[in-house]
Amino acid sequence: MPVRGRVSATMTSDTDTLTAEDPITGEEIEIPADVEVGEIIDSPVTGTELEVISLDPVVLEEAPELEEDWGE
Amino acid sequence: MRVGILYSRIRKDEKLLLNELRERGHEVEKIDVRKERFGLESTTAAVDDLDIVVDRCLSTSRSLYATRFLDSYGVPVVNAPETGDVCADKAKNSLALAEADIPTPATEVAFTTDAALEAIESFGYPCVLKPVTGSWGRLMAKIDSRNAAEAILEHKETLGHYEHKVFYVQEFVDKPGRDVRVLAVDGEPIAAMTRSSDHWLTNAAKGGETESFDLDERATELVEKASDAVGGGMLGVDLMEVGVGADADAAEGAADDYTVHEVNHTVEFKALDAATDVDVPARVVDWLEAKAAALADGGDENETEEANA
Repeated sequence: MPVRGRVSATMTSDTDTLTAEDPITGEEIEIPADVEVGEIIDSPVTGTELEVISLDPVVLEEAPELEEDWGE
Repeated sequence: MRVGILYSRIRKDEKLLLNELRERGHEVEKIDVRKERFGLESTTAAVDDLDIVVDRCLSTSRSLYATRFLDSYGVPVVNAPETGDVCADKAKNSLALAEADIPTPATEVAFTTDAALEAIESFGYPCVLKPVTGSWGRLMAKIDSRNAAEAILEHKETLGHYEHKVFYVQEFVDKPGRDVRVLAVDGEPIAAMTRSSDHWLTNAAKGGETESFDLDERATELVEKASDAVGGGMLGVDLMEVGVGADADAAEGAADDYTVHEVNHTVEFKALDAATDVDVPARVVDWLEAKAAALADGGDENETEEANA
């Protein structure tokens, strides 16, 4: 099962970013405020790919590993 | 219009598309195929009343099945499942191109390692061994010797999924250190770029450097024919220049001709958007609007070309 971050997201004073919990390290990270559900972002802490599971509240999860039939 | 987006991962490509659709006021229904079920007569996905659905699945298997199911419900989907079926399989892709008299690299398929070795020896060295399904240049092998051929074939036979026992052997094309990627909608080029690398694989996904490319008349003709050969839609057509040696200055171009080695049905376009002056997502949405309008008028895909004109 992928690791899921606890629900803890707030808008920062800079409205261009949100803060959320990194599901791998538990640290608070900033992510762009215009993220989409399903979007993949790189953790600024570990570089791990994280998937945005929901936006209200923001939940991040470790993204699925690359599979053989992925691509163009 | 109401647009459905089939996806399992929102890449930058999908983000660009979503932003363009929303900026134009279109209603977007994101359909995460991982969460849906597809029955013989209906689906849990919210596809009712959608004017058009765009397949942006990252996974080829999900793309092929999801589009097939939507098509069976009468939901308009691009690209069509028939197009995906041809493009997702390199052998079918090569056959479609050859049947349309489009120059494409000489290719043989064999089902045993012995027969594959014979195919490799008949091409001579170097030649290329590719998986029939797969992307981003993964598991492609440039074979320089019989020893290498024997080792790769043994590995594929021992370790591979059954599809890796369909040995797709191809001539090695001595391209000028680059190939050409064209994004086309129903055969009309939207943007084109070269992908250059010192490595024999020049895919952008492999780190190839990209640069805008002006299509000449011959390349434009081949893109249109290649699109028709696989059933049309939004496609990534890959060409290699012929008659320009690997040592030539690639920037000079002046190819004698081209060979079309692949047509991709779930094309990524973020690299094209960055490498060219073309607003690629805008052009894609232009095409979707025309396509949806033609469908709303009771037209079919062929009439969309007129709507685009």
